[in-house]
Amino acid sequence: MGYMIINNRRYEFTDEKNVLSVIRKAGIDLPTFCYHSELSTYGACRMCVVEDERGKVFASCSETPRDGMKIYTNTPRLQHHRKMILELLLAAHCRDCTTCRKNGVCTLQKLALQLGIHEIRFENNKPMLPLDTSSDCIVRDPNKCILCGDCVRTCDEIQGIGILDFAFRGSKMQVTPAFNKNLSETDCVGCGQCRVVCPTGAITIQENVTQVWNLLADKNVRVVAEIAPAVRVAIGDKFNIPKGENTIGKLVAALRRIGFDEIYDTNFGADLTVMEESKELVERIESGENLPLFTSCCPGWVKFCENKYPDLAGHISTCRSPQQMFGAVLKEEARENREDTRKTVLVSIMPCTAKKGEIKRPEHFTDGEQDVDYVLTTNEVTRMIKEEGIDLKMVEPEAMDMPFGISSGAGAIFGVTGGVTEAVLRRLLNSNKADVLQDISFTGIRGAEGIKEASVMLGEREVKIAVVNGLANAGRVMDRIRAGKADYDFVEVMACKRGCIAGGGQPVPIGPRTKKARMDGIYKVDRTAQIKLSNENPIIMTLYDGLLKGREHKLLHNQK
Amino acid sequence: MLDQTYYDKTDEIIASHGAESASLIPIIQDIQNEYRYLAPELLAYVADKLGISEAKAYSVATFYENFSFEPKGKYVIKVCDGTACHVRKSIPILERLYSELGLSKEKVTTDDMLFTLETVSCLGACGLAPVLTVNDKVYPKMTPDDASALIVELRGEA
Repeated sequence: MGYMIINNRRYEFTDEKNVLSVIRKAGIDLPTFCYHSELSTYGACRMCVVEDERGKVFASCSETPRDGMKIYTNTPRLQHHRKMILELLLAAHCRDCTTCRKNGVCTLQKLALQLGIHEIRFENNKPMLPLDTSSDCIVRDPNKCILCGDCVRTCDEIQGIGILDFAFRGSKMQVTPAFNKNLSETDCVGCGQCRVVCPTGAITIQENVTQVWNLLADKNVRVVAEIAPAVRVAIGDKFNIPKGENTIGKLVAALRRIGFDEIYDTNFGADLTVMEESKELVERIESGENLPLFTSCCPGWVKFCENKYPDLAGHISTCRSPQQMFGAVLKEEARENREDTRKTVLVSIMPCTAKKGEIKRPEHFTDGEQDVDYVLTTNEVTRMIKEEGIDLKMVEPEAMDMPFGISSGAGAIFGVTGGVTEAVLRRLLNSNKADVLQDISFTGIRGAEGIKEASVMLGEREVKIAVVNGLANAGRVMDRIRAGKADYDFVEVMACKRGCIAGGGQPVPIGPRTKKARMDGIYKVDRTAQIKLSNENPIIMTLYDGLLKGREHKLLHNQK
Repeated sequence: MLDQTYYDKTDEIIASHGAESASLIPIIQDIQNEYRYLAPELLAYVADKLGISEAKAYSVATFYENFSFEPKGKYVIKVCDGTACHVRKSIPILERLYSELGLSKEKVTTDDMLFTLETVSCLGACGLAPVLTVNDKVYPKMTPDDASALIVELRGEA
């Protein structure tokens, strides 16, 4: 508590953990590369330097605010330092901005413009290193790395995996997996959170845009899209649409213009997941076997569990993820429907990079056939819309196609942490009464905390639940389960902090305000949905009586 | 794939230091002393045992010049190129050794695994400059010809 004098103006501070936060709260956006409020403070980039009245220059991210502190944020000395740091960073940087995947959204580029760096006086004598394109999810370009360590700390602190770290030292320092392995040879789960924090083009999304354009141009192919819940509250980001606004109608209209033949909702797939997963939970509770049940919607989490907790992997639900359930149903429908002679190709539009890996997992194939053909992230679709010359903001909204365009609010909330649990609880308590729905939402499963616990009475039986987001948190919960110190019945895990809304394929930056806006946006989709329960989705019920009859296991669960 | 004895020995070394992350450096030093290099497989194994990520262990091992992932020769020759040795003409000694052994800055170990040639920044024996060591035995006041003779002698021993 106290006050600080920043640039001769007085500002109050309360519990800010560093001077930088106070400065930013005062409305001054000091540049940084290596500072993220959710990560530990690293103090490497030195862009946030400030000067005190005695002329001492220090990094504001690593200094605790003190009462009466007097600082300046933009003196000629500081300007000189910042420019020099930036010039040196740029000198050792592969500056092919026009062909860089990060062109236009690169922090380095943005600051070079902001600080007016027009000339680099030093030669780049770094050898060019090969790109790592081995992962299905992300691409690593070490030549674009500025060694801020954001990815290193994210992978270690937030995700608890630690695939990337610094190696070598001095001018030879690199960020790399151990022994310079390719990402595909490591335990990388593909969550893409390193890409979310990377300020440059060093870590980017593995793109499939070209393949999809070619399919769209092919008249012999029926191209179907499915859109995940969290995409609709993020796709507007790069079109000047307020953060978190649900733009599903506009997105559908834009995709139709781009040439997608049919556009459906992954929320529908989520409704199917709710049906199957709640059935599985009830079965396991009744038999008392194989508890707790772990959710299986998040491919990052599934891979994490298999890699780090193979002994507990049997607890993962046998349900396919909403994306895969939708894919299996759509492809089965296409096989049944003989009228359309065109080949059906399914493109799934996801907030997630790990989904690109999920579609290739053989247990998700139906009779040996891959159900989802391509995954495009929100970012890639943003680019396609721009490439088509469409301004999403100006597009008149349109409705999804039938029949798989109808979904419930329970399906929609799959995009945030706690959503899967809430949807399953709605199904289990099976009531659409406002007070019951409200009770469920207040059990403690909503909100941004990393590990949430709740307990719900299901008849006579108390069902104990853990809702986890962030894989490091998942590791903590798993350690407790392994040690026999936790007796949950149901554990929901989403690999990314706050769930899919902050997924690895979403538009960046994703700061605390963006996350909140997107979470609110998802809950708004649910609030404005007429159907709240998955089992009240009329299409779901017809599907169970028709196409799915006797085939639930083949289409909706993992195949061995 | 390394022989099981390597892992048994590593377990022994880990046990002697305690399986905690702070012991990483002493453990890998001991492994390197044992085998004259740090096998990548063993580094990964140690990381797993200490509960740190492979990338973190790799980060530490690559930070220090002293750790080598490549098997080293029977005789590790370290030519000092600290300031004192450098001004007393250590480079001609190094160059002579490079040409005698057919090595270079990039290729530091002979194919017969007899010699590894490295430079070090200072051995702390500046009074004896120019100096080199073979497996930690110090050879003071060297000349290129002394170095050639030394190689012949070592080849004879081997």
